[in-house]
Amino acid sequence: MAVDTLNEPVFDRGTVFRNVRRRAWLTIGAPLAIVLYLTYTWFAFGVPELLAKAQPERAVILATDSVAYKVHVTKLLRRDIMEVAIEGERRATYAQEDLPGWVEVDGTNAIVDLGDGYEVTITGKVMEFTVPDYGTIKVTATNSGVTTELPPGPVPEWLKDDPRKFDARPTLDRRVQVTKTKIEVHNYFGGWENFWFSFQSELHGMPFSQLWAIALSNERIDPAQSNMSLIMHDFLGNPDWQHGEVFTALFETIMMAVLGTLIAAFVGLPLAFLAARNFTPSLLLRFGTRRLFDFLRGIDMLIWSLIFIRAFGLGPLTGALAIAFTDTGTLGKLFSEALENIDNKQVEGVRATGASQTQRYRFGVIPQILPVFVSQVLYYLESNTRSATVIGALGAGGIGLMLVETMKTSRDWENTSYIIILTILVVIMMDQASGWLRRKLIEGK
Amino acid sequence: MAVAALEQEILILRKRRQLYSLIGLLLVVAVLVSGFSKSNEMNSGGFLQGLSKFFDYPGEIVAEAWQAGPAFFGLILTFLPAMLETLNIAAVATLLGGAMAVVLAMASTRNVDSWGPLIPVVRRIMDITRAFPELIIALFLIFVLGSSPVPAMIAVAVHTAGALGKLFSEVNENIDRKPIEGLSACGASWLQRIRYAVMPQVAPNYLSYFLLRLEINVRASAILGFVGAGGIGQELRRTIGWGQGAGDETAAIFVLLFCTIMMIDQVSSYLRGKLVGSGRAH
Repeated sequence: MAVDTLNEPVFDRGTVFRNVRRRAWLTIGAPLAIVLYLTYTWFAFGVPELLAKAQPERAVILATDSVAYKVHVTKLLRRDIMEVAIEGERRATYAQEDLPGWVEVDGTNAIVDLGDGYEVTITGKVMEFTVPDYGTIKVTATNSGVTTELPPGPVPEWLKDDPRKFDARPTLDRRVQVTKTKIEVHNYFGGWENFWFSFQSELHGMPFSQLWAIALSNERIDPAQSNMSLIMHDFLGNPDWQHGEVFTALFETIMMAVLGTLIAAFVGLPLAFLAARNFTPSLLLRFGTRRLFDFLRGIDMLIWSLIFIRAFGLGPLTGALAIAFTDTGTLGKLFSEALENIDNKQVEGVRATGASQTQRYRFGVIPQILPVFVSQVLYYLESNTRSATVIGALGAGGIGLMLVETMKTSRDWENTSYIIILTILVVIMMDQASGWLRRKLIEGK
Repeated sequence: MAVAALEQEILILRKRRQLYSLIGLLLVVAVLVSGFSKSNEMNSGGFLQGLSKFFDYPGEIVAEAWQAGPAFFGLILTFLPAMLETLNIAAVATLLGGAMAVVLAMASTRNVDSWGPLIPVVRRIMDITRAFPELIIALFLIFVLGSSPVPAMIAVAVHTAGALGKLFSEVNENIDRKPIEGLSACGASWLQRIRYAVMPQVAPNYLSYFLLRLEINVRASAILGFVGAGGIGQELRRTIGWGQGAGDETAAIFVLLFCTIMMIDQVSSYLRGKLVGSGRAH
């Protein structure tokens, strides 16, 4: 007996060693596999070439341009005229008698004071650019291009002297360009120009206190409408910032998310009863409904939105339907799982009081799945606000499409950052609102 | 007397409750109806008009796919590399985002002895990364880096870090603290406590959430491809942009995307079921 237990191994050595060895392999193998995979994707994604041709200066442009604006002083040599305009836009041109202080225009000649000793003098077709610590650059536009006379010494890095185009940017906020057709001086300023009202508006450049006084006063600036509506009209109609359109687009995006989620919830709930084992005895019906959910989910929002864009065109309805179709599948599946897990005792109890079928559902079933229903719907509402921006970018409209379009034209980056900031604010707002509602409705009033 | 008063009060309370429910329900219905009619108005094509055209496009591409005959299956195979690229974007984004999420979660839960002052900071960071729509990061990076899968990968990874970080820290909050205390009694450092006391407890749940996220990220990276981030989405935009004539290719991409998503769904829900035992995973 004693000999028996002595010979009997306490543990099966083989199994222990196998387990230890397997664990050891796993500890080394799993990270190694991940590293190998990441190396493979590093090359599959072409990261080396990507890094080589990345344009970090674009990020710098975007960053500076989104917090600054520039005023162009342009001399068009063919037509021999001088223009001062914000971002060189026709509708934001300064009137000749109302020029900013740093530009002095005398007929078709001008002196531009760029501050800190930088000065540009434009006389006829000759531009003289005085740069402190360097000297004066003289550039003459000719019929075939430009001729440049530089001060003696090495040519600095910020200067591009090409026979067709002269380009100098000694500091980030000062730039001069000369071609055979025009001389252009850019002066950069911080801030968002004309954010509230455009040049055309009579309200341009007014301080808030004055605006407030105007809004409350009885004397109408425009006899056709009250001052309040004039202020709103001019603000929303601002051609540079298009506040009206941006707000409409945001509204469309929110609409897509809310409408889509609600439709999905109210279509998904009855269908979920059909897919739950304890409510639908028919195997065929259950199987069919479940496959329908899988199908709706599997098609994916991307494909649904493309199909709906074809059928319904641009607009919030398209996005809402795409969201509704996908999420009917997802929510339906979640609800049917919740329904299968309900406690049957409560239903029995209600039945014992002689309740009808409808009453059993209303008082026995619904109260049990209501927390799941509300919390899931709110979660999806929140995530659909983000999805709606993406669907919009596919072509359904709303803020997503607007963002893609302003980025493509890449003209005014401050518009892009304005839209980005508003979008993030809306997403955070929806996030907070749904969290608040969830707490309020589920975790006690 | 007291009973009658109580009854009266209960009746009033019930009336008020019913009123609140009714108001809530009416509000939802009002939002639905007004939202629907408003959207219908804003849409460039009306609902009824669109409804009649709803099957036109799917019908069109199915017809073209039918005409292609057996060559259609070859067509599906030609899009496999693009699909693989999308899967790679999703997988790398989930791996990197998941790794970041583990770090964020370990730094933001009191239950695993994270450094106190760091907790609210890390929580806010997670909130912000979660709120950022992937589209915005992707578009910005595409502008800087050029059209390539990397911007989509980074965009999805950032969002994943925030979303998974929150779920992971919720898992951390529910673990048993006894192993941590046992280890600290032996003088284990914080990293050792995380490795030997926390990780074994949370690993199955982490993996389960990780798989769920992978599933979501495959969909997200397919969509981001459409705005210029490569993969199957970009192919889809190309074939759709051609309009007539490329219907068979579009159908091939749809079929491929559908099958892949279904497959990943099934595999991940099976694995999740095994990981967290008999309890339903999500």
